[in-house]
Amino acid sequence: MSKLKQTQDYEKTASFKFFRWISGEKDPYIGTIEMQEQSEHQVEDDTITERMWEKQMIIDEIYDVDHNRILTKFHKLYKIAAVLFCVALTFFLLLTVSYLPRTGNAANPDNNEVAQRYIESGLQETGAVNIVSGMILTYRAFDTFGETNALFIATVCVMILLMVDEKTLEERSEARLNSGRIKDDIILQMTAKFLVPFILIFGIYVILNGQNSPGGGFSGGAILGAGLILYANAFGIKPTQRFFNEKVYRIAKVSALCMYGCIGLYYYTMGANHLADHIPNGIPGHILSGGIILPIDICVGLEVACTMYAFYALFKRGGL
Amino acid sequence: MTIFQMILLVFIIVCAIAVSFSRNLLNSVLIFMSYSLIMSIIWICLESPDLAITEAAVGAGVTTILFITTLKKIHAMGAEDKKTKTNALEVEREAEEHE
Repeated sequence: MSKLKQTQDYEKTASFKFFRWISGEKDPYIGTIEMQEQSEHQVEDDTITERMWEKQMIIDEIYDVDHNRILTKFHKLYKIAAVLFCVALTFFLLLTVSYLPRTGNAANPDNNEVAQRYIESGLQETGAVNIVSGMILTYRAFDTFGETNALFIATVCVMILLMVDEKTLEERSEARLNSGRIKDDIILQMTAKFLVPFILIFGIYVILNGQNSPGGGFSGGAILGAGLILYANAFGIKPTQRFFNEKVYRIAKVSALCMYGCIGLYYYTMGANHLADHIPNGIPGHILSGGIILPIDICVGLEVACTMYAFYALFKRGGL
Repeated sequence: MTIFQMILLVFIIVCAIAVSFSRNLLNSVLIFMSYSLIMSIIWICLESPDLAITEAAVGAGVTTILFITTLKKIHAMGAEDKKTKTNALEVEREAEEHE
């Protein structure tokens, strides 16, 4: 146990004198021993000019932002060059725009036989009433596959950057509980209780009806993800983890992506070899129609919903 | 182009400019959200309901939530209100330490 000393007592101790001598406040030899008279230190003029020259050289040669003349000049030039570059870029882009063909002209390159073919025989070949779904999920299925992969890679990157291990997560949530930040907002909870089922059912409807009505995998998946986020926001992460935890997320995400790849591969292999595929197109307008559109829609919807919710959970607390 | 669509387009330009000129980050996010909502109405007017649904769900819903979560993480929300409070607390704490 330490004891506080009075200042006067402390000044008498040896340690105080020693530290005073170390810090140079008092020289104990002055006045006690005989000393030779010392002359004032003189600096010669030559060394002064030499030093000034050296300092100027350092300023000019070495990276000194405040005093370097060349660097200051470069910064001014840099600003002017940046403005000139922007103006030039704008000019060239506008010049390119002026060379583009007019919108709606019949001779435009985008009015070719491909679009006509999609519109005329899309319903017959894909069985989809919604022509957009028919296009992006059958004729252009591999483009959409690339987009789905991009989503997958985006979540993986966010996971790599933001994911923390379980132990830290628990510590954090405990700290947050102790600090009293989590509040059960009754208005939010009642609204969520009322709205979330409808949002989820609407999302599922949009996904399943992708071939007949506007929507499809991406829109429906986004709606599902938004509903999940609302639920997690209102009731906290624990109740959400009962039905959507990391395991479910992994299985859903990877299996959806693989299934999409397999279906697309099957469809393209059969089509390229002029073989009849074994997925019936069904009657247009029914839920079970459109050949491969319905399963692919479900896969894309799962993928997008998982991505949306995973982004939210990872940003919010660093884990699913 | 009807007058309704013209009003929407003018509103969208105003929103786009206001986002970059707003000093408060939360205001910027909310203006961006209204931008997305108007954009989804414009998509409906242009007869592409697919895009309208996606825009409403992603642009107005999920993106806004992500932005607000990020703002909360970096403690940028309500920074002006909290500043005075924390300053007062710090002054008090320092006074206690000096004693």
